[in-house]
Amino acid sequence: SVAVKSLGSSEGLKSEKYMQTTFTWTHVNYEIKGDVAVIRISDPNSKVNTLSLQMQKEMTEVMDEVMGNSAIKSVVLISSKPGCFIAGADINMIQACKSTEEVTRLSQEGQKIFEKIEKSPKPIVAAINGSCLGGGLEFAIACQYRVATKSKKTALGTPEVMLGLLPGAGGTQRLPKMIGLPNAFDMMLTGRNIRADKAKKMGLVHQLVDTLGPGLKSPEERTIEYLEEVAIDCARGIVNKKLALTKEMNMMQKIQDHVMSYSFVQNRIYSTVEKKVLKQTKGLYPAPMKIIECVKAGMEQGPDAGYLAESQNFGKLAMTPESKALVGLYHGQVACKKNRFGVPEKEVKTLAILGAGLIGAGIAQVTVEKSINTILKDITEEALNQGQHQVYKGLNDKTKKKSITSFERDSILSNLTGQLDYSGFEKADMVIEAVFEDLAIKHKVLKEVEAVIPPNCVFASNTAALAIKDIAAASKRPEKVVGMHYFSPVDKMQLLEIITTDKTSKDTTASAVALGLKQGKVVIVVGDGPGFYTTRCLAPMLAEAVRVLQEGVDPKKLDSLTTGFGFPVGAATLADELGIDVAAHMAENLGKAFGSRFGGGNLELLKTMVAKGFKGRKSGKGFYIYQSEPKPKDINPELKEIVESYKMMPNPAVSSDSDVQYRLISRFVNEAVLCLQEGILTNPVEGDIGAVFGLGFPPFLGGPFRFVDNFGADKLVEKMKTFEEVFGNQFTPCQLLLDHAKDPSRKFHN
Amino acid sequence: SMAPVVSTKSKKTLSKTGVKNIVLVDGVRTPFLQSGTTYADLMPHDLARTALQGLLNRTGIPKDAVDYIIYGTVIQEVKTSNVAREAALGAGFSDRIPAHTVTMACISSNQAMTTAVGMIAAGQCDAVVAGGVEFMSDVPIRHSRKMRKTMLSLNKAKTLGARLALLGSIRPAHLAPELPAVAEFSTEETMGHSADRLAAAFGVSRREQDEYALRSHSLAKRAQDEGLLSDVVGFKVPGKDIVSKDNGIRPSSMEQMAKLKPAFVKPHGTVTAANSSYLTDGASAVLIMSEEKALALGYKPKAYLRDFVYVSQDPKDQLLLGPSYATPKVLERSGLKLADIDVFEFHEAFAGQILSNLKAMDSDWFAKTYMGRTSKVGSPPLDKFNLWGGSLSLGHPFGATGCRLVTTVAHRLKKEGGQYGLVAACAAGGQGHAMVIEAYPQ
Repeated sequence: SVAVKSLGSSEGLKSEKYMQTTFTWTHVNYEIKGDVAVIRISDPNSKVNTLSLQMQKEMTEVMDEVMGNSAIKSVVLISSKPGCFIAGADINMIQACKSTEEVTRLSQEGQKIFEKIEKSPKPIVAAINGSCLGGGLEFAIACQYRVATKSKKTALGTPEVMLGLLPGAGGTQRLPKMIGLPNAFDMMLTGRNIRADKAKKMGLVHQLVDTLGPGLKSPEERTIEYLEEVAIDCARGIVNKKLALTKEMNMMQKIQDHVMSYSFVQNRIYSTVEKKVLKQTKGLYPAPMKIIECVKAGMEQGPDAGYLAESQNFGKLAMTPESKALVGLYHGQVACKKNRFGVPEKEVKTLAILGAGLIGAGIAQVTVEKSINTILKDITEEALNQGQHQVYKGLNDKTKKKSITSFERDSILSNLTGQLDYSGFEKADMVIEAVFEDLAIKHKVLKEVEAVIPPNCVFASNTAALAIKDIAAASKRPEKVVGMHYFSPVDKMQLLEIITTDKTSKDTTASAVALGLKQGKVVIVVGDGPGFYTTRCLAPMLAEAVRVLQEGVDPKKLDSLTTGFGFPVGAATLADELGIDVAAHMAENLGKAFGSRFGGGNLELLKTMVAKGFKGRKSGKGFYIYQSEPKPKDINPELKEIVESYKMMPNPAVSSDSDVQYRLISRFVNEAVLCLQEGILTNPVEGDIGAVFGLGFPPFLGGPFRFVDNFGADKLVEKMKTFEEVFGNQFTPCQLLLDHAKDPSRKFHN
Repeated sequence: SMAPVVSTKSKKTLSKTGVKNIVLVDGVRTPFLQSGTTYADLMPHDLARTALQGLLNRTGIPKDAVDYIIYGTVIQEVKTSNVAREAALGAGFSDRIPAHTVTMACISSNQAMTTAVGMIAAGQCDAVVAGGVEFMSDVPIRHSRKMRKTMLSLNKAKTLGARLALLGSIRPAHLAPELPAVAEFSTEETMGHSADRLAAAFGVSRREQDEYALRSHSLAKRAQDEGLLSDVVGFKVPGKDIVSKDNGIRPSSMEQMAKLKPAFVKPHGTVTAANSSYLTDGASAVLIMSEEKALALGYKPKAYLRDFVYVSQDPKDQLLLGPSYATPKVLERSGLKLADIDVFEFHEAFAGQILSNLKAMDSDWFAKTYMGRTSKVGSPPLDKFNLWGGSLSLGHPFGATGCRLVTTVAHRLKKEGGQYGLVAACAAGGQGHAMVIEAYPQ
């Protein structure tokens, strides 16, 4: 490739002598504007900039050249990519490392580069537009000054923790000093993105620049140019001492800083944060504790100890199975954000939804947000009213959190039409039915809908358990019928499971995937069959949970065993959230389809609960009692009597806490592997993504397939065989699992 | 007079067969004063009343010879929400003349005038008074919504206990007053902030803006000194002196202006108090008639009011670009070219806004990308542009500016010997307006 270094094009020095350079740069170039060097970064092979080896090498060379040029007094660092400053370190670069030491060295090299930046005698201004994450943020905070655009795409953050890592290029050392311990911990331990306005308030950036609208160039292009102009002024201002580098603090901040300087206050913060982390991670995630450790080392023993702790811990974390699992999920998520079925012939511009219940209204919300005309239809005014209110509330909550303005809320809501009849369906490009899970009702609405929709309209069924081919049996055009399984609450749950039958056309699938992706979902596409993939994995685990309850374990204990294994929500709470009636219905249907393998707990227990009105959270009572309090955690007192009548004697050989956990997890995992074996799943990646994002399978395990790889199929089979002896075929390992157990070199993921 | 009236124009006249000729008989205005000065203790209808009386005196029209009165205003005084009616009654017009008030931000009095044109064109009226008024020295400041709710409930509370309970529910935070928003409702952005972003988008520098503002003040000063601002009628303010001049015209120096800090985008913005229009009190009025009626009453009209358009765009990023959209559209409607126009009067909200519009109109890329046009309309030559000052210097009482622009075009056409004039203005909400005016044959 060609040298892309450009020199003083518009103003200032146009000295020929810098043309002598022998370097060939593809990722970094610079232009001299008067006495300011503007370093521009852009990875030619990617939509985003990452701190790859190549980028680091070129950056070092450019920096050396800039520092050696006495005509340059200050530097502006900016990305030429719209929407991205630097999105982080190159994950593949870390993954390619074979040992802790190798990763530690990577971290130390990064630390060194940024130390040079921090100690640069020529002030460096980071001009940030778009994502400034991970290593990108660490780069920016090593600079002397930061200017960021107010663009919605501008986000600053340290997401390393979500990959089981820590900010390994000085982040754990610089952030606490810059924004204080509480804010630094919040950023590093949650990994959340900070928007520009918040970043300014926190002291993470010094100045904000507005985004610009139409002018004599495209808004994106001109906004970057404007950012650069402001940043150049700042750089000159710093050199001329017109711009102070110390942050302006109000009295409150000064007091806070002073209080924070006491070691007992700091210790108090460490212990509070540690406790909170332990409570939330159950000790299953190593990264957060390591982050605290690094911060502490730096604050208590000085920078040398701090940076050393950071690089060493970074190396250790990168080699943990937790980090590898989380990185695997990250790659899986990226894969599931692509449409492998291509671009559909017709974009969905009008979507009609049948049923304004929780799911229907949730689908409506995520659809109107993308400016798609949405018809929400129900059969009673009461149900419709409730559904429309849910959409309004979902959006209004965003207004309260200031992520959208009230005007934007109203404008989004104008895409929604609530109605009781089929008017307007003749213009629908897709209909999603989210009516009651009953085949007869589904058939009825399918026929009604097909009578009014245009021929090219897709009919999607939102069902958790009914086979799509059974629903499609009533259709005049089964090639247009597809399953779209959303998870509740739709606006929060990331997964969408799309189910195709033998007859579903590729274009129909492409259309469903495209809509799901537009709605912001992570999409998996699975084959048809009772329970498809997700419900089919969940059902045996819930059946086991019921048996565990029958054996005398109370719901609270059951919950703590499941959350202790890493599920975000305990099994009993999950059933309450899902609805006991729904769980019973699902168990009954799948029991019929799969027979005794789906047995275990007595279905009658659930049915009795339903008969007594204990349908879970929605009815106020389930395994727990739900009052107006947001966190109700009292066990339903009437439950005891019901459980008593279905009591089973636990077998002490398979009833330790750990046994119970593995009984639950192994049935889940075995069913997942069976789905791959039977071709319900196309690949293990979608299996892992579906389990984690749809069912809360412990993220640090990376999903059922990653779990088998790491835990060992042989060990799992061994455990299952013990259980099988006691309980029978519910624990019979499937063939694919047995194959993996026999040959340890066989892995689901490379 | 500068240009001789020779037929180098695309059209000899804009008169169309089958379309009524509608004329501007005359126009007047009160002196425009910075708010909080001599008018401070008045009410909006007092200013409007003064403009109406001024129009009556100037034209000598009988008080019952007008069919209808329309006024434009932006920030409404709650007590006189139909300020047109209150002002008309107070000005001594016959109480048999209906009056209504319109609002369309900074083009409110343009809307009043074009409403009048519509009524005459439709044959419903022959003579209409249109005007505009704005009074920023006093604006309605309300109790908070919670406090208002409590106060309204208090009226309905039947028992002493209920009343006490309501009073007890008042919290200190409820007492915080609610000022009228200076921000765009849909975007929550102030106009000055948007103007600064607009200037940045078009690469308009601080220096260019200061130079333009200085030009506006200098031209206004000259026009005032030479007595060209003949639309101004003196006003004996009760308890105060007679006011006969605009008081915001203050030509400064580039050095002085450069000292000011940016007013909206801090610290690197370019829009300052000196290159923006300021809060102003004032009122204006014009008498519009069908040509036959004017002639029948013995008037010599000043100008024909011809084609006009309203446009609207994105209120966030194109808030102040109305003139760029409206100008080519109204020219096309009239069958004129930019070069046919002898007199331009554009509303100057901010120097940065004017300069951005000039650049937008001069850009083929902008015309193609955002306006769906094949080419640019062109930038109006500055030697025909706002030669007697503009809103930056004369002041900008939101509701009243439109009539000032139209009257000024008529006066300038006469003074400069031109035939066609063009008025254009931007308005909050991302709206805009333009009108073509033709000189009345001498």
